[in-house]
Amino acid sequence: MDFIRNFPAIAILLCLFAGIITSGLKQKAARILNTVLICIELVLNGCTLFYTVITGEAFVYVMGKFPAPWGNEIRAGVLEGMMGFFFCVIMLLSMLGGKKKLFDEVEESKMSLYYVLTDLLLSSLLALVYTNDLFTAYVFVEINTIAACGLIMIRQNGRTIEAAVRYMIMSLLGSGMLLLGICMLYDLTGHLLMSNIKESVQLIVAQGSYRVPILVTIALMCVGLAIKSALFPFHAWLPDAYGYSTVSSAAMLSSLVSKGYIFLLLKIIYRVLGFDVFKNSHIIDVLFVFGLMGMIFGSLNAIAENDVRRMIAFSSVAQIGYIYMGIGMGTKAGMVASAFHILSHAATKSLLFIAAIGLTDVSGGSRKFIELTGAAYRNKWAGVTFTVGSLSMVGVPMFSGFISKLLFAQAAVQNHAKMLPALIVLAISTILNAIYFMKTVIRIYTPVENTPYEKITFKDMKLYAVILVCFIVLNVLLGISSQPVVDLIEQGLSMFA
Amino acid sequence: MGANLFANYGEAIAMILFGIGFGNLLLQNNLIKKIIGLNIMDSAVYLFLAEKGYVNGRVAPIVFDGVQEVEAYINPIPSGLVLTGIVVSVSVTALMLSITIRLYRRYHTLNLDEISVQLKKEGL
Repeated sequence: MDFIRNFPAIAILLCLFAGIITSGLKQKAARILNTVLICIELVLNGCTLFYTVITGEAFVYVMGKFPAPWGNEIRAGVLEGMMGFFFCVIMLLSMLGGKKKLFDEVEESKMSLYYVLTDLLLSSLLALVYTNDLFTAYVFVEINTIAACGLIMIRQNGRTIEAAVRYMIMSLLGSGMLLLGICMLYDLTGHLLMSNIKESVQLIVAQGSYRVPILVTIALMCVGLAIKSALFPFHAWLPDAYGYSTVSSAAMLSSLVSKGYIFLLLKIIYRVLGFDVFKNSHIIDVLFVFGLMGMIFGSLNAIAENDVRRMIAFSSVAQIGYIYMGIGMGTKAGMVASAFHILSHAATKSLLFIAAIGLTDVSGGSRKFIELTGAAYRNKWAGVTFTVGSLSMVGVPMFSGFISKLLFAQAAVQNHAKMLPALIVLAISTILNAIYFMKTVIRIYTPVENTPYEKITFKDMKLYAVILVCFIVLNVLLGISSQPVVDLIEQGLSMFA
Repeated sequence: MGANLFANYGEAIAMILFGIGFGNLLLQNNLIKKIIGLNIMDSAVYLFLAEKGYVNGRVAPIVFDGVQEVEAYINPIPSGLVLTGIVVSVSVTALMLSITIRLYRRYHTLNLDEISVQLKKEGL
């Protein structure tokens, strides 16, 4: 069984090598290799998760011959294994679900490059999840940014290129701040490995020296990662990037790329700074306030939107706000809720993007609400799936969104100082969510006569329908059997410390 | 406070440069000026690392004349980090420049606001 300890490293390297090989392959071979690769990654990460659950403790894998304070390390615990596994599932479903659209929207000569980018994206995500070295994390953050930028602009029109430029500018601001934060932390502690930094930081804080530098470092790293994951005031690039790129890219960007950064932030909080140091800094209140603002303003923007894809994109802003609100609570329950919401939002948002494309396809490719009227009758599978996703986002029981809202509410009740604002904003945000999602669902189920668009049946979209069913099953599974998942998250978070 | 600032003037300059680069990247309208800002920002971080990694009177960690004491040499890792960082920022700059060329060919301007206006006219 101990050979499973090699799996995280193999998973990362395999993606990188597959990316290199793919660049020399023809389109069809590249596609098959990509699908096979993601399936292999799924198995590798699943085994890692299984192994860590069985042994009940995290393991450290030394990269190269140099031992702890100098060398590079990979570390896998329950939460890391779970995130890696889950990211692979979402990526597989998004790639397969958006396959047909990919053929329509991307030039044939660029198709194999798309698969190179997804391989790179997966490798950088897994590296962010598993690495135990801060500077390695920074390098893979940049690789992640570059791959995401390519995914946005692979569909060539003015909008996507402009969105890619805006995305790059915001991302580079964020990674500049993250890099400066890492350098200052290295300067203060003299280490780059997370576990060693944590020991030094505890020592420094206990001595009471370097108070301001530590605070500045925490601020730089938190704000840098918040910019990169599109927390509320920094979300200007997001609607264009999610709204106009090809649908697989939109699904992966919203559910994987931004979540990778948030997971890195969780790791930094627990494994680099130590939870208590983070909790006692005032940065936590800043994150909390901006999370709350994001929850409201993201939803308000979504209500004003007249384009279904952009509406879903603005809803992402609100959901990222939820996650930062949970982090900002500064309790363990809040962290568990945030980690669960990473999973639940990733599952739901990719489902919504993939389902929305089915609806717009039977409406002449238009994304305006007026054209979408009755679309659910023309594509029944997509209609049902979109409804499931909407119900989950609003927080109806049985679906994953309900559990995350429940966890957030429970976490809010435990924190007396922040209970009132958190609960009030949670309630307002739920109502706003309901307004725009139910508006869409009612719109797509409004029957129209004499529509110029044709119906589409199961025979025309077998793979797409199967993927939609998988998404629904995933969502309902997260909603019904949430307790094991929450237990795993709690176990993983306690392994972090 | 003031004396510390003067003694560590290298770090202070690095932070000022970081601010200049950050502001340019965020506020300039012209894309090329934004990219210049990005490069100033990244270089400032490398200046900071290099300044922190050097200790007066010590030399690069290559054993010379049989001197083996740790005190004679500096830590090589900050220099390694600078190199890695330079590679990253070069590739990011190349990507930004290539996207800028794309946008310029399409819209014949480097001003992001004008590009947005033209996009709205296209009505995509």
